[in-house]
Amino acid sequence: MAFIKIEGLTKQFGGLTAVNDVDFEIEKGKITAIIGPNGAGKSTFFNLISGFHRPTSGSIIFEGIDITKTPVHIGAKLGIARTFQTTHLFEQSSVIDNVIVGHRLRTKSNLFDAVFRTRREKQEEQEAYDRAIEALDFVGLLDLVNRQVAAISQESKKRVAIALALATDPKVMFLDEPAAGINPDETDNLAELMKKIAQSGITVCTIEHKMQMIMGLADTIMVLNHGAKIAEGTPEEIKNNPIVIEAYLGGDALAEVN
Amino acid sequence: MGKLLTGRNGILFMLGLSILFPLFFLDNRYVLYVMTTSFIFIIAIYGMNLLAGYTGQLSLAHAGFFAIGAYSVGILTTKAGMNFWLALVLAVIITCVIGFALGIIALRTREHFFAIYTLIVGYLIYLLIDKWDGLTGGVRGLIGIPIPNSIGPIEFNSAVSMYYLVLLFLVLSIFIGVRIVRSLTGRTYIAIRNSEELAQTLGINTRTNKLVSFVVSVAYAGLAGGLYASLTRFIGPEIAGIEMVFNFLVYLIVGGIGTLTGPIVGTMLFIWLTQFLQSFQEYRMLIFGPILVVIVIFYPTGLAGAFYSLKHKWLGNKEQKKEKISEIESMKKTSIQSREV
Amino acid sequence: MELFFQQLLNGLTLGSVYILVGIGLTLVFGILHVPNFAHGSLYLIGGYMTLMTMKWFGVHYFIAIIMSIITVALLAVLMERLVFNPLRDAPAIHDKIAAIGMVLFFEALVSLMWGTEYHRMQTPFGDTIKIAGMSTSAQRILVIAVAAMVVVLLYLFLKKTMIGASILAMAQNREGAFLVGINANAVAMMTFAISGVLAAIAASLASPINLVFPAMGHLVILKAFVVVIIGGMGSIPGAIIGGMILGISESLGATYISNDYKDMIAFLLLIIIMTARPKGLFAKEVY
Ligand SMILES: Nc1ncnc2c1ncn2[C@@H]1O[C@H](COP(=O)(O)OP(=O)(O)O)[C@@H](O)[C@H]1O
Ligand SMILES: [Mg+2]
Repeated sequence: MAFIKIEGLTKQFGGLTAVNDVDFEIEKGKITAIIGPNGAGKSTFFNLISGFHRPTSGSIIFEGIDITKTPVHIGAKLGIARTFQTTHLFEQSSVIDNVIVGHRLRTKSNLFDAVFRTRREKQEEQEAYDRAIEALDFVGLLDLVNRQVAAISQESKKRVAIALALATDPKVMFLDEPAAGINPDETDNLAELMKKIAQSGITVCTIEHKMQMIMGLADTIMVLNHGAKIAEGTPEEIKNNPIVIEAYLGGDALAEVN
Repeated sequence: MGKLLTGRNGILFMLGLSILFPLFFLDNRYVLYVMTTSFIFIIAIYGMNLLAGYTGQLSLAHAGFFAIGAYSVGILTTKAGMNFWLALVLAVIITCVIGFALGIIALRTREHFFAIYTLIVGYLIYLLIDKWDGLTGGVRGLIGIPIPNSIGPIEFNSAVSMYYLVLLFLVLSIFIGVRIVRSLTGRTYIAIRNSEELAQTLGINTRTNKLVSFVVSVAYAGLAGGLYASLTRFIGPEIAGIEMVFNFLVYLIVGGIGTLTGPIVGTMLFIWLTQFLQSFQEYRMLIFGPILVVIVIFYPTGLAGAFYSLKHKWLGNKEQKKEKISEIESMKKTSIQSREV
Repeated sequence: MELFFQQLLNGLTLGSVYILVGIGLTLVFGILHVPNFAHGSLYLIGGYMTLMTMKWFGVHYFIAIIMSIITVALLAVLMERLVFNPLRDAPAIHDKIAAIGMVLFFEALVSLMWGTEYHRMQTPFGDTIKIAGMSTSAQRILVIAVAAMVVVLLYLFLKKTMIGASILAMAQNREGAFLVGINANAVAMMTFAISGVLAAIAASLASPINLVFPAMGHLVILKAFVVVIIGGMGSIPGAIIGGMILGISESLGATYISNDYKDMIAFLLLIIIMTARPKGLFAKEVY
């Protein structure tokens, strides 16, 4: 059984077909990358899997469960986490406060528990807190826990967003251009982090623009162009695929890769 | 000094002050009455703050729900001859039920549409009260609403006793509000305010959470309205009016939306300012209006927010000199508690 | 039957006013994605400016309207520059709160300067005239005629001029408009100015029928929101249709259902529409 199996996935916005009949499988424990020019439909592809958009047609099977029409928050409970192209963190709050809520979906305390501060509430607060610290430790931000998000670097913010996703105890993480707006050194660090996540048993699926980074990182690459899948394979195969070279990589990008 | 008036000490100080307050004004019914009214408004605004400030949903129907609470008590006591306490409980329940039904529909709309929708619902409530003569007394209002029935030896026929009664409800309301905000539920609301999309990806059912927050918020309004009816003993449709919800909003914004002290600071400030500017009553909005604009542009979290960011800066500078390790150590203990203003 | 046509005509008058206010509101929303709660204040100031200019200088009604248009257009631009522009990146809740601050201010200002009483606005068109057997005031005909003319002029402006085209382009696609080098600030100011002009005209036309008083903007702005939501935020044709639907249903409702509850018709209509379609009746599906 495939971990995530996508069949005939299509999304139309009015007349525009943002994702066009894509078949794809994501393997458990691996790092999968999705590449393609701007507007190729990569973010939309993520939005379909995470449930923000209903597909026009096609299906998404996650661990044997059909999640094609599952609302976002249910998908999260099943173990699908994601980050956004622009981090949506709460800038005025501290790093730890941003991350604690990540574990909320694994807790049961309700309004009653809140008002009466029941044992369950206290216990789960501690649990969420510990999980947040653990996640921040994992992404290497332990020394920034009490810092205000507005005051930390762009790269750190990306890491906070990843920690937040980790705190949900996901099985798979979808990262939308995690390295955008970050300098090359930090990009390498982020690549290391992604490997570490995969090693910890969480499947990683990332959208990436920086070719160099992805070639050394991904196990499998899918290339989208105008919403359609034009290639799929190992970095080596993609690098040498004439269709990809023509449609996407072009002269300059190819030079960058090699 | 900074330490002295914040945290537990600050709370005890404020509580002590408000308990002793009437002793200084035993023969001044007027001062006590104004203070009691402002307590009632704080209760209502606490509800508004929970929804707008912490959950990020600006409902402009809040005065409408305040009026529903007030009219429920008014009608149940004067027309059905019901005991005040029973009427008050029913008033809160009625407000919640209406709030629940309305919330289901209203929360389907988002952002601007939610504000417009609730503005218009609030106006409809006003119109309904204004026109439904038979039930509400229409423009003439409801008169002769009784004071709360005595409980054992405790009677509520004096300004002082009403003051303490409302204070009790206020303390309870704030206590519950603080508990909610500082709980996992509160964190959930804040996450929704911050970004509904992100909250959803974190597995939060935004629709249910917004609905619960909405109902709690109107429960505050209903309770405040019920107390108000019994305090003033006369209510008219204007308590559901747009003016009223704007007043709430001014108090909340200037005090500090999304802060726990904001509603208290803002309401106290404006109620007393208004009293001092009695002759100016008609035109107070000439000053309040621009203040609202300036605050939103320059101090989006109001006086309370400005105060705390100043304090943070001050403490922050000191803290950076400390060693990192002790910081992490102490953070483990304090972070969960000291999170919110 | 005569009563019916009479009310239809009244509905058209009412609808014309709603259309003018609604178009201003919808244009601003289309461009800035701000529902300008302070739009009613522009209407309010428009009414008073016309009235007071006539009183102070004894000028003709039309001259007063022009003075009023200029004042309110400037005021609207100031509103954009001083309040909405600084808030363009703030959370959505802030625009609304600031707008409410302005509403409170202008209402108090007007009360302070000219009292809280209702003022009558005399015009040269107070006479009753007969058209096809129906008697109506010339003012009502004027309202309909001027509103129609203004809408046509606005249409030509948006379609035939450079700045008009930019406004439309920006309303349709903000990012796209930036790419083709439209000056967003100029467009925003222009849009506010237009919304001010329309509000001033609407108030000046309606005041001889509805009186001038500090709260005159409240009901109008609420109804303009109804109009705009019926028609879809950002859509001018939508505002025209919405204004007509509302004007006529109110006028007929007042006659055939209940005059007491006539203001409720608009709001109930809105509640029903938004309940069924949370984003408005003709709102474009975003996805
Ligand atoms: N919510 C939406 N409504 C309409 N069109 C959209 C929406 N989201 C994306 N699109 C369109 O779909 C196409 C693919 O966009 P996207 O998935 O963001 O591309 P990528 O992430 O690969 O750069 C683009 O043309 C974009 O304009
Ligand atoms: Mg993208």
